[in-house]
Amino acid sequence: MPLATNIETLVIEVNHVATKFGEAVIHEDVSLCINRGEIFAIAGGNGCGKTTLLREIIGLITPTSGTIRLFGLDSRRLVAGDGYPIHRRFGVMFQHGALFSSLTLAENVAVPLREHTTLSEALIRDVIAAKITMVGLAPDSAHKYPNELSGGMRRRAALARAIVMDPELLFLDEPTAGLDPIIAAGFDELVLSLKSLMGLTVVMVTHDLDSLWRIANRVAVLGGGKVLGVGSMKELSQSDDPIVREYFRGPRGRAASEQAAWNHNGPHT
Amino acid sequence: MDTGGALMLLRCISDIRRKGQQTSLEGLKPEFTELLRRIETQWPPLERGGTVRQRRIRWTKALPQVVRARRASVLRALAFLGESTVAFGRSLIRPRSVRWRALLRIVESDGVRALPITGLLTFLVGVVIAYQGAEQLRKFGTNIFIVDLVGISLLREIAPLIVAILIAGRSGSAYAAEIGTMKVTEELDAIRTLGISPMNLLVLPRVIGLVIALPLLTMYADVVGVFGGMLIALSELNVSFVEFIDRFEEAVPLRQFLIGLGKAPFFAAIIALVGSYQGFQIRGGVDDVGRHTTISVVQGIFFVIVFDALCSILLNWWDL
Repeated sequence: MPLATNIETLVIEVNHVATKFGEAVIHEDVSLCINRGEIFAIAGGNGCGKTTLLREIIGLITPTSGTIRLFGLDSRRLVAGDGYPIHRRFGVMFQHGALFSSLTLAENVAVPLREHTTLSEALIRDVIAAKITMVGLAPDSAHKYPNELSGGMRRRAALARAIVMDPELLFLDEPTAGLDPIIAAGFDELVLSLKSLMGLTVVMVTHDLDSLWRIANRVAVLGGGKVLGVGSMKELSQSDDPIVREYFRGPRGRAASEQAAWNHNGPHT
Repeated sequence: MDTGGALMLLRCISDIRRKGQQTSLEGLKPEFTELLRRIETQWPPLERGGTVRQRRIRWTKALPQVVRARRASVLRALAFLGESTVAFGRSLIRPRSVRWRALLRIVESDGVRALPITGLLTFLVGVVIAYQGAEQLRKFGTNIFIVDLVGISLLREIAPLIVAILIAGRSGSAYAAEIGTMKVTEELDAIRTLGISPMNLLVLPRVIGLVIALPLLTMYADVVGVFGGMLIALSELNVSFVEFIDRFEEAVPLRQFLIGLGKAPFFAAIIALVGSYQGFQIRGGVDDVGRHTTISVVQGIFFVIVFDALCSILLNWWDL
């Protein structure tokens, strides 16, 4: 794992972000840098503000203080709606897919194209078909509505919509939560293959220790409103911080790390 | 023995001990001893009432909180109104950015499909007004004035108001529930991250669509309501259709019809804005959707009637 933070270009810069919802303090002081081309995971216990941080980065909510830069642009301008060209450069897959329930799978995937491009209808259809097969969905599911799809298919459809504009940056909110182990592992493989195929930078929020070991280049652990540690899984599992150690060396963490050691073809070995 | 039984036993023991008597447990199975020990040492009893009953809040503390919350919600509503006005202004400059398909779907679902129910209701209201009027008019032998009564009251006030109230219940609630559900399922977030303005996609088509549909519905309601009145005029007062329509021309000036019709677009904008706004206010779970849907109907009707009252006062000043 190279430690070349400064050589690669920064994609996301989170600077001393604090977030409060009324009385509740979510983040006290969070700073992070995410580089081009890496798979960066944000981990941490339930309620530690992982998803909130993700929503702040993509400009859905504004932090109480501190700044977030996305491609060098202040994310507050995304909230204000000035970020239009930026929106083409990233895709988001929400936790439960957030597919538009009134549109079919194909129409869902087509929304960004219809919205932001002047491509012909025939070309749009071809692009959609390509993306749908790229994420491993059968072409005949294209005309189904979201409520006719299984949880795993819905994730894949949401992923297809997120990458339909060929973004540089992909955000995944709990991509494998609630999926069975086989489908979750398949999803990990899919993210890896898409990353190498499209040269993506991936930022994901996850609890899934297997998927952290399998695909994350670097992981940030949030807790108590702060970043408790950043580094590869190996570095973090030797961390001095008791919470981080507990997180990765607990019974589930150990099982996942042993599994990762078994699979010698992982990115960390 | 289960946990509840163990707790009861412990309570008996502590009661007896408090009276100064000795207790001893005999013949207890080993697994129950463990349970008792755990309950005694590790799970301390809740403070009486401490967690169950909420502490009473002093009004001196509660009042500023309520005021602050009210002020915040008024500011949010004003911000929403401002945002939608700006979005409307932008769409006037660039008509291509208007979602015509969504807009037409609104006209269909909230206009065309509402025709049967609005027709039935205003017909019945026309019948009721004519019946009530007929009693009084017959006493004075001024049967023909049934035309003035039915015509002016329906065209100027009742038809627009009935239609608006009906649509507030039918469409305002639907807007709140639709947008709120999209918020709960993160579809709204998805729209934003795809670089689409929810104002443009969701609010403007609803507002403009309803502003088109409601005056048309009102016109239709005028016709059907007056027809209801005509039937009763014929059966109760022997005013024939021909007499009725003859009288209608002189008794009900065009002005009355235009005043009634002119209010309809404003009613429509109120209903659509209140409904959409309440949809955006939905935060979390299922009961929030229900609550804000209810609020959207109540507030929609409230503001429609307030606006109607204001119109009446102003028009009265200007002698219209």
